[in-house]
Amino acid sequence: MKKFDSERLTLAAAGPVLAISVAVLLTSMVLLVTGNNPVEPYVLMIEYAGNIDIQVLIVNQATTYYIAALAVAVGFRMNLFNIGVDGQYRLAAMIAAVVGASVTLPSVLHVLLIMVVAALVGAFWAGIAGILKTSRGVSEVVSTIMLNAIATSVIAYLILPAQLGEAVGNNLTTGQIPESGWFPNFETEGGKIYGFIVIAALLGIAYWVVLNRTRFGFDLRATGASQSAAAASGVDAKRMVLTSMLISGAIAGLAGMPVLLGSSHTYSLDFPAGIGFTGITIALLGRNHPVGIAFGALLIAFLDKASATLDFNGYEKEIATIMQGLIVIAVVVSYEAVRRYGLRRQQQRVGEELAAAAAGNGENTKEASA
Amino acid sequence: MRRVTKLAAAVTATAALALTTAACGNSSSTGSGSSDDKGAAIAYDVGGRGDQSFNDAAYTGLERAKKEFGFKGADQEPSDGEADADKVNRLNELARQGYNPVIGVGFAYAHAVKEAAERNPKTTFGLVDDATVEGDNIVNMVFSEEQGSYLAGVAAAKATESKVVGFVGGVEIPLIKKFEAGFVQGVQDTDKSVKVRRQYLSQPPNFDGFTKPDLGKEAANGQLDANADVIYHAAGLAGQGVIEAVAAKDKWVIGVDSDQYEQKALAKYKDNILTSMTKGVADAVYDLIKNVQEDNVKGGVLRYDLEGDGVALANSNPEFQNMKDIQDAVKKAREGIIAGDIKVNTTP
Repeated sequence: MKKFDSERLTLAAAGPVLAISVAVLLTSMVLLVTGNNPVEPYVLMIEYAGNIDIQVLIVNQATTYYIAALAVAVGFRMNLFNIGVDGQYRLAAMIAAVVGASVTLPSVLHVLLIMVVAALVGAFWAGIAGILKTSRGVSEVVSTIMLNAIATSVIAYLILPAQLGEAVGNNLTTGQIPESGWFPNFETEGGKIYGFIVIAALLGIAYWVVLNRTRFGFDLRATGASQSAAAASGVDAKRMVLTSMLISGAIAGLAGMPVLLGSSHTYSLDFPAGIGFTGITIALLGRNHPVGIAFGALLIAFLDKASATLDFNGYEKEIATIMQGLIVIAVVVSYEAVRRYGLRRQQQRVGEELAAAAAGNGENTKEASA
Repeated sequence: MRRVTKLAAAVTATAALALTTAACGNSSSTGSGSSDDKGAAIAYDVGGRGDQSFNDAAYTGLERAKKEFGFKGADQEPSDGEADADKVNRLNELARQGYNPVIGVGFAYAHAVKEAAERNPKTTFGLVDDATVEGDNIVNMVFSEEQGSYLAGVAAAKATESKVVGFVGGVEIPLIKKFEAGFVQGVQDTDKSVKVRRQYLSQPPNFDGFTKPDLGKEAANGQLDANADVIYHAAGLAGQGVIEAVAAKDKWVIGVDSDQYEQKALAKYKDNILTSMTKGVADAVYDLIKNVQEDNVKGGVLRYDLEGDGVALANSNPEFQNMKDIQDAVKKAREGIIAGDIKVNTTP
């Protein structure tokens, strides 16, 4: 049993390690082809990431990415592709910011209220796709992508000064959340680390516990693995689809919270966008495992932040973007390769065992007949 | 099991190889020599260089200063999904490396400029399109786009025969609404019977409306079908689609930001470009750099309006020059605005 686990772990780690190595190699080739030094950019980035203020930026960005990736991963485990995390977290952050700015409450309650509102809005927005899927059979890929676009329009409408917004110069905001609604940050030498990182970690733990140690988690994984088999063993597949969509959306709703509660304290036109899509990359890279996702989030955040130094040293920082793209492709390919290899391994072993058993049986029968 | 270990070994070997090669490649200039005169640096907002709009205009200003003062300069683009802290870091880093002035292009840099300016009191920070944050070492460069757009509206109202004109905005943000507000007011003050059709191409944070010409083309075709015969666009690169669509129907289009009649990429359509509402971002950026170079810089808000030709109506199309009626009306409106007799709204 122990042996089997270590084999599984090796296989699980082989995918990402292989993917990243391939991505590094391919990026180096791109650098070579374009007449650049193929290794210096990595050195520069690693050196730059040695600065404490850059590390703070990386950790903060990773916190946001982590939550978004968890949201995507919940769906993935269920074979649901929630592409709509982007719209869910933006709409959630916007509404939560409006609510947060319009009430005054004791500190803990205020923060909690904002978080609950964000989770509810995220769940609501994802729930639309869930209901469409369960009642009308609409593919969640299509509906969530469309809901992203609709969220953009809804936000653009709601943030107008005539509705809920406020004009500040050429920007539009939802007004400042009073200090009681701020999440305390950790002060470090290199700047503030979002206190929300604690919530992110708790979410990761909760994700693991719920998926692996509860009946609900088992049902969810079973439905993800085979809907018909799960249905045959008494799981209501439709309910599972809707519930996991709601959970995915609720987590997605929290993805904007590190920034909202930790630094911006308002939703404005320049609120970070596109995090939901990065979350998909990270969930893939982290193999939907909470620890893997943490590493994936840190890696992508590292590429994002450390690449800034490339511009100062005569390289294009888009090298990091190329690398992120290559990682995604390499991840998909290498996971499939590793999966097939694992499958073949398993078949082979089962075959060997069967053959051994058959040989043993054969001897037995021979002995018996003799 | 044996095969698994082999695979694992292969993987770790590749990874180790990649890492070691990465680790021993440290050779060339990582230290940044003397930081005496690095010159100016600009940091873009979403869209970045190549947007054919105000990011590019800022770059033009930087290029001009580079040539004149012989420094290297720098320009940096944001990454997707970044927060304020990243912008602060970008500006701090540029200041730390010795660039002066450091210019944030776009209102999104407001907070970041304020923070970075406090931390780097010896560096001058420029901030385009925002006057909400101020400081001794912050130079805010703001433009009265509504005034120039008002003149565009006057010209459109005079030039139209169908009594329908169009406005195509890139992304629906307050900045672009200033263009709309001025244009609509200019049209209505000139001729109440002219109808204005307005359309935006996208909503933030989707900035396609500044970058995708096909969106502009579609919107312009819609307005042309609705009988519009003069269309004003404030849509950056997407506006090229507007110009193309209008030229195909041989109607009038009014360009934006720079004098589009003179733009090489648009030479094919220039006979249909009535005029352009120019916004002097390039000059503003250049002036700031020049002032810093000459040690002659003071913090505060610099407003670029009609009076100093910070915004203006281009006059390079000979046909437009010959339209005496329009020229007179535009001139009168311009004088009225400068004298303060005409107040132009900044919101529609």
